[in-house]
Amino acid sequence: MTPARRHRRDVEDLLRENAPRVLAAVVRRFGNFADSEDAVQEAMIDAARQWPVEGTPESPVGWLIAVASRRMTDKIRADSARRDREERLAVEPEPGPSAEADDTLALIFMCCRPELSPASAIALTLRAVGGLTTTEIAAAFLVPETTMGRRIARAKQTVAEADEPFGLPVPEERAERLRAALGVLYLIFNEGYAASEGPDLARTELSGEAIRLTRIARLALPEEPEVGGLLALMLLTDARRPARTDGAGELVPLDEQDRSLWDAAAIAEGSRILAEEMAKGAVGPYQLQAAIGLAHDRARRAEDTDWAEILALYGLLEQVAPGPMVALNRAVAAAMAEGPEAGLELLTEVEPRLEGHHRVHAVRAHLLELAGDGRAARAEYSRAAELTASLPEQRYLTRRAARLSAGGA
Amino acid sequence: MKFMLLQHYGRVEGNVPPISEWNPEDVQAHIQFQKDLNAELRERGELVEAQALTGPDLAKIVLATDGAPAVTDGPFAESKELLAGWRMVDVESEERAIEIAALASEGPGPDGAPLRQAIEVREVMSPIEP
Repeated sequence: MTPARRHRRDVEDLLRENAPRVLAAVVRRFGNFADSEDAVQEAMIDAARQWPVEGTPESPVGWLIAVASRRMTDKIRADSARRDREERLAVEPEPGPSAEADDTLALIFMCCRPELSPASAIALTLRAVGGLTTTEIAAAFLVPETTMGRRIARAKQTVAEADEPFGLPVPEERAERLRAALGVLYLIFNEGYAASEGPDLARTELSGEAIRLTRIARLALPEEPEVGGLLALMLLTDARRPARTDGAGELVPLDEQDRSLWDAAAIAEGSRILAEEMAKGAVGPYQLQAAIGLAHDRARRAEDTDWAEILALYGLLEQVAPGPMVALNRAVAAAMAEGPEAGLELLTEVEPRLEGHHRVHAVRAHLLELAGDGRAARAEYSRAAELTASLPEQRYLTRRAARLSAGGA
Repeated sequence: MKFMLLQHYGRVEGNVPPISEWNPEDVQAHIQFQKDLNAELRERGELVEAQALTGPDLAKIVLATDGAPAVTDGPFAESKELLAGWRMVDVESEERAIEIAALASEGPGPDGAPLRQAIEVREVMSPIEP
């Protein structure tokens, strides 16, 4: 890389890291989320153009806030309807320093409002808090840039219409808003983690981004164990990523993964964070899912997995966050801990709630294979393959079925 | 979730003549309808792609045997089965995809009457494991 290119790349990284801080300062000062976001974007474009030529300023964040603020006041002056606010601004004191984590968290809450669709909240969070460009986000989700641009603009409009003052949600709304925010962060993580195809580096960076933002949220909300629980879950899941796909990019099931490829440092950190959170007493679904992840990650070999513990954890998870998918996973754990018949029995119980869902067939196939009924298993794998909408999963199920045809269980 | 909304030639209810035989105002109205629908979907952040294909008389069917292609030129007896065009949309649910397909299904035909075209709705397989 030439020095000029390196400098441009450094500038890009600097801008991205500082985007939320700058946005938070401008929103706090001027109150208008949509216009502030535009102004900050424009300031960043100016910076990306000027700094590589003129050098990075002494205080990059100060520079960006000043330029964005100037755009805002210009816009306010041009807009006669806002004259009142301009007069108010003249007497308002300078906002004091605020912890960076608090600001980022406030932005996350803003962008993850429950009335936004998941896709819209994801796009807006990546843009306003993650500092990704519309181009990058569009590429990550395989959507044209103009379409993604409109999606983000509409999301900003929805946030602006909610007209919530900048800061944390009021206590009555906190639990629901936190749930929505953590849900969006987890979706972003999954979008990145589960991408197993092609040269989509933009996608795999999404997991890193989700982890980064969740870390910041945890800094700002140390009293909420589920934030740390989610972070632990992400780290313990991401740790397995290097072993998740084979040389051809195909999915490798957990029991066949080369565990020497797992990221030991991520597992250690996830384990430590989980222990800290669980010590606080209120155990929620993310912590439980993280504990299940840890039970897998701790096993040196697949056969060392403590399935009894995992079964117990799924039992707890079903109490805390019941749902057919959890019940399905519990059926698998029961089969592993107590034998395939136990799992198949649980499966029959949950099946009515999941009429025709491909996962029921996939799980039944797996359990039938464990029980030694290769022919029935093959039929279930094939059926699951017909019903899934996931291409990597379809190929995995098809191969599983073929394995049984070729000389069978 | 991404969905393909596929339009085939033959799936129009009733005896509607091909668009080449409509009067110009009706043709213009139909074209404008498609443009407007695309613009709305783009504005809503839902449109991924919209394409029209060249006519069935220009279609070719290729079948290879040991590397040697046998090419059959249109027009075909099965022209009705051929694709006229498609939209790919990125939406929150199958319900929304069906809603959009319903809009596309009733674009204006001769004398402005709704065309009632059967649109095939297919989810696009996702590159990620759920």
